[in-house]
Order: sequence, then C-alpha cells, then structure tokens
Amino acid sequence: MRHVKKPDNFGERARAAANKPAAFGEDIDLNKFVHTSEELPYQQELSLLPDEVRKKMVQVGVVPESSDQRAGTFIQMDHSVVHSLAKQEGVEVMGIGQALEVHDWVSGYLWKAVAVDTDKYTAQVELGQSNGYFIRALPGSKTIYPVQACLYLSKARLAQKVHNVVIAEEGSELHIITGCTNAPRGEPGLHIGVSEFYVKRGAKLTFTMIHNWTPEIAVRPRTGIIVDEGGVFISNYVILKPVGSLQMYPVARCTGANAIVRFHSILIATPGSSMDVGSKVLLEAPGARAEVVSRAITTGGTIIARGYIEGSAPDVKGHLECRGLILDEGGVIYAIPELKGTIPGVDLSHEAAVGKIAEEEIEYLMIRGLTREEATAAIVRGFLRAGIEGLPAELDAEIQRAIETSEKTLL
Amino acid sequence: MDTENLLEIKDLAVEVGGKEILHNVSLTIKPGETHVLFGPNGSGKTTLLMAIMGLPKYRVIRGSILFKGKNITGLSVDERARLGIGLALQRPPVVRGVKTRDMVAACMRERASDEAIRRLAEKAGMVDFLDRELNYGFSGGETKRSELLQLLAQDPELALLDEPESGVDLVNVALIGELINELLHKGHPMRERKHSGLIITHTGHILDYVHARTGYVLLDGRLVCEGDPLEILETIKRKGYAECWKCAM
Repeated sequence: MRHVKKPDNFGERARAAANKPAAFGEDIDLNKFVHTSEELPYQQELSLLPDEVRKKMVQVGVVPESSDQRAGTFIQMDHSVVHSLAKQEGVEVMGIGQALEVHDWVSGYLWKAVAVDTDKYTAQVELGQSNGYFIRALPGSKTIYPVQACLYLSKARLAQKVHNVVIAEEGSELHIITGCTNAPRGEPGLHIGVSEFYVKRGAKLTFTMIHNWTPEIAVRPRTGIIVDEGGVFISNYVILKPVGSLQMYPVARCTGANAIVRFHSILIATPGSSMDVGSKVLLEAPGARAEVVSRAITTGGTIIARGYIEGSAPDVKGHLECRGLILDEGGVIYAIPELKGTIPGVDLSHEAAVGKIAEEEIEYLMIRGLTREEATAAIVRGFLRAGIEGLPAELDAEIQRAIETSEKTLL
Repeated sequence: MDTENLLEIKDLAVEVGGKEILHNVSLTIKPGETHVLFGPNGSGKTTLLMAIMGLPKYRVIRGSILFKGKNITGLSVDERARLGIGLALQRPPVVRGVKTRDMVAACMRERASDEAIRRLAEKAGMVDFLDRELNYGFSGGETKRSELLQLLAQDPELALLDEPESGVDLVNVALIGELINELLHKGHPMRERKHSGLIITHTGHILDYVHARTGYVLLDGRLVCEGDPLEILETIKRKGYAECWKCAM
C-alpha cells in the first residue's frame, strides 16, 4: 500500500471531485464497495501463488513463473504488491510506494498526465487506499521481451484502486503487457486503474493490456499519455470476456514534434456486457501522427466505441478506423468517431462501419472445404486482428492466444 | 448408372434471383479429362460452375448433378469441397485478417506443414504473399495464382476454373498454365490420371498451355456445341459466336 504522502494540493482537489460523475458511463455508487483490503504476503516464487490465481494470470498474458521471455514482473493483488522483479538491466519494476521512496522525483509524475479531479474515480484513487506499479526504462535501454504486470482483484466487494506510472526515458524501448483480472467469486467488485505514461524524446513504448473480468465487475481505467519529440506510444487493448460495466477513454497528448501514437482496441461484448471504450489523441506538435483502430464484436452486449483526434499544430496527420460486427440479436454497437482541426493544413480522416460478416466471404471459405462454423470463426478471427500490425512477436502471440481461447465461447 | 463418370450433369436448369439462367444442360466428364467452356458474356458459364459447386444463390430447379456416381444436388458447398470438388473464382473476395497461409493450410487439412506450404507457394510464385491478407491488394495475376495455390493445396479430383487467365499478362499465362497442368496431374499418363477439370476460358489463351479433350459452347443458357476445343476456338475466332448461333437454331 502506498505510504508516501504526495505533495501539492492533490488531496484538496480530489476531495472537491469526490462526488463528480464521469463524463461517460454508468455512475457507479462507490458506497456499495469496501475500500480497504488486508496486506497480502509477498511471494518470492510465482509458482507458489494459488492455482486459481495462476490460471487467471495465464489468461491475461502473464506468465506465472520465472521466464526468460519477460524482462520483469509485477503482481498486485487487491492493494498489495505480492511480487516485483526487474530481470533486465536498464529496467526498473517496483510498487509505486517504493518508487516514491527510491526516487524523490517520482512524485512529479503523479497526476500530470491524468488530472486528479477528472472524476470521482480518480479522486478516490488519491483519497483512499491504493497501490500500483512503477515501470521505467533507463535512457537508451532497449528491452526485447515485455515487462509483465498483473493487477488481480481478489477480495469480494472491494473497490481496487491502482495508480501506475510508466516512464520510457530518452531513446529507450520498452514493452509492457498488463493483465487485469479478478477471482471468479460471483461477487461485485470495482477496479479503478489510473495509469500515467511518459514517453520521452525518441523513446518507444508498447503497452498491451488484456482484461479478463467477470459479469459482476465494474471497471474504470483512467489513462493519460504524454509523448515527447519523436517518441512512439502504441497501445493494444483486448477484452474478450464478459464484464459488468466498463468505461475508459484514455487520452494521449503528442507534445513533441513528430511524436506518434497508435491505439488498437479489440472488444467483444457478450450478452450482459456493457462497454464504453474510446481513445483520444491530441496532436499538439508539428508533424505528430495518430492512428486509432478499433474492432468491436457483439454477441448480445452493448459497445460504445469512441474515437477522437484533434490536430492543433502544422503538418499533423491522424486516422480513425472503427469497425463493428453484430453477430447476434440484442447486440448494439454505437461508433462515435470525432475529428477536430483548429489550424489549416491538418490531415485528419475517419472511417466507421457496423454490420455483419459478408456472406460472400463465408461462402468463399466454404468453397475451400471449411464448414460454415469454421469459416465464420476464421473470418471473425481475421476481423479482430486485421490492422494490428507491427507488434513484437511475443505480444502478437499473446493477443492471438487470447482471441483463440475465447473463440469457443464466442461462436 | 455409369459410375465411370467423375461428373455427370443431367438436364440441369438453374435459376438466379428467380430468373432461369441455365436450361437443360447435360455433360459428362470422365476421370483424367479436361473440358473447356466457351461462350459470350452472360451466357451462363459462371452459373454452371457455381451450380456444380453448390452455391446457394444458384438454385437447381430441374435435373441433377452426379459426382462419382453420387447425387450431390442437395449437398452444401463445403460437403462438395470435401468430396473432391474445387473451384477457382474469377474475382474472389478480399478476406481481411485471414492470411493466405491460413487458407493454404486449411485447404491441405491434415497434410499441412510449414514445409509443404512453402513448397507449393514457391511453385506458384506466392511465397511473399503467404503472410499477406487473402487477396488484399493483390493484382489480377496474383489473385489467379493465389486461387490456384489454394486449389493445389486442396488437390481436388474435379477442378472448376473460372477464367484462370483473365487479367494475366502473357508471361504469367505460362505460369498459370503450368500450375493448372500440375493441378490436373497432366504429368501422369492418361490411363492413371484421376484428376479432371472444367475450365471457362474467354480468350482461349490457356489452351496454348493446357491440353483439353472436349470443348463446349454455351449460348443463352444452353449447350449448343460439343467438340474439339481448338477447332471450336478457331471457329469463334474467325466467325464469332454468330456461327455458333446457327447450330443453336
């Protein structure tokens, strides 16, 4: 749990926003949840974690054992850091509390990319018990394998609060895979995750997040990203399993010239799932570029897929692409792509399409001997992965695996 | 029933969107034979291939299709494919996110291996296309080679080819011809050859490379001529389909 008192007037601002509803999504009654959890023991060996936990970790791309394929590991259960290890030189992985003790400058990165008074959820993270990870790539360091992090909600009725800070220092290259999941208890829970990313000059940060919740859980991630000159931030977000209520709308600011941001989202809503997921990019510096791609499938749930790109500097370029497939009765997909240009010379575009699988494509695959079910599955799998290019093989494999394991429940 | 026939079409009538396109078409193909289908645009050539393959839009209203002696008129597309019928489309759709490699592997079924896929792709000049999305951004010739690559992977006993050389430049027609010969096992002596083909050709260019035994002319949904393919082609070249209409009278 975070023990270090943060400076500034964050507390005051948070208190003022304690009841402020979010701009989007169902207003969650915070009083229905418990806000504190007990300290859980630290585990030196991941293999000693309970089987139930390890199984859920695998489903969100986190390897529950010592692996050469990971540059570091961070596991948080409820509000306790139960494991934290940096395996590669040049990478720091630790709890946010420890980071505030180790580096006196870390507090300067808190609530800089996400405003503490954004809404009552961000306020709650400041005011109540919380924890989170601090992951940093030192200047010029390059990781091949991703750092993995798991945020695990275990205690029934808990409002789990997380505050993460990720820094890719100048010229570094960092890949992170974060899996967020909960114990399958059939009890309500709330996950509030504040994540602040800082991509320094010429650095590259790939952030892949896989969510795997249960239908009773409400989820409110609050994410801000600041990308300096020539920096690259790539986000891949994947949610394939049911969730009670999910609302997130990360905001990336390209503050340096030629900064690049890409958001890719893969969303599947089964009956009862409600998702309001968007990505926002503010192109504030010359030559900055953005690409926002989302793929949404509903088999009966509701998906609001938002996208927003704003260009306010010369020679910026942005493209939004939002595609949805409705596979079953009762499913709703509401695509809301928005563009805003405030000076001449910006180049912003979008395309959105909501529909069904083309019969012509199914028949084409059936001509090759695939059954209708096999053909549909192959097309759906293709639909989800189309346009998500340039991932490190490791991450690509994790996403593919997540899609494949969910296919049986999907079709 | 003559079980020696690989394909036997009897008095077939097919409608598309409520309109009868094919009227009482009959033809038989024996194992190892290659037949070609000529005819002007809109005469029903593609409809015949689609009906043999069993695509639902092409509704059989009379007659029957027998494959290896079995009436397949009521079978679904994929069932026919698994019985040994393959179809190369003239203009296949783009399937985003599905890689050519995935389709070749699906066609090979249990025979699929990285090595086998690579070998076939090399033959078809398609190695660089294996990891590309199916037909996405392919040129005319690349699409044709991709179709033939998939059929080679499937190795059907009856290959239905819808204008395999259309939109292909002359240099590449030779390669297309080679691939078709491979697909039809033309290297095997006739008496051992089991693989057969029914090819739609508009220009007849493919006949420079692929030997066919029988040719047909389809006019307004009726087969009006059956004979030596090169002779038929020669007549069409000299006199156009007008000459064929005389036979139809």
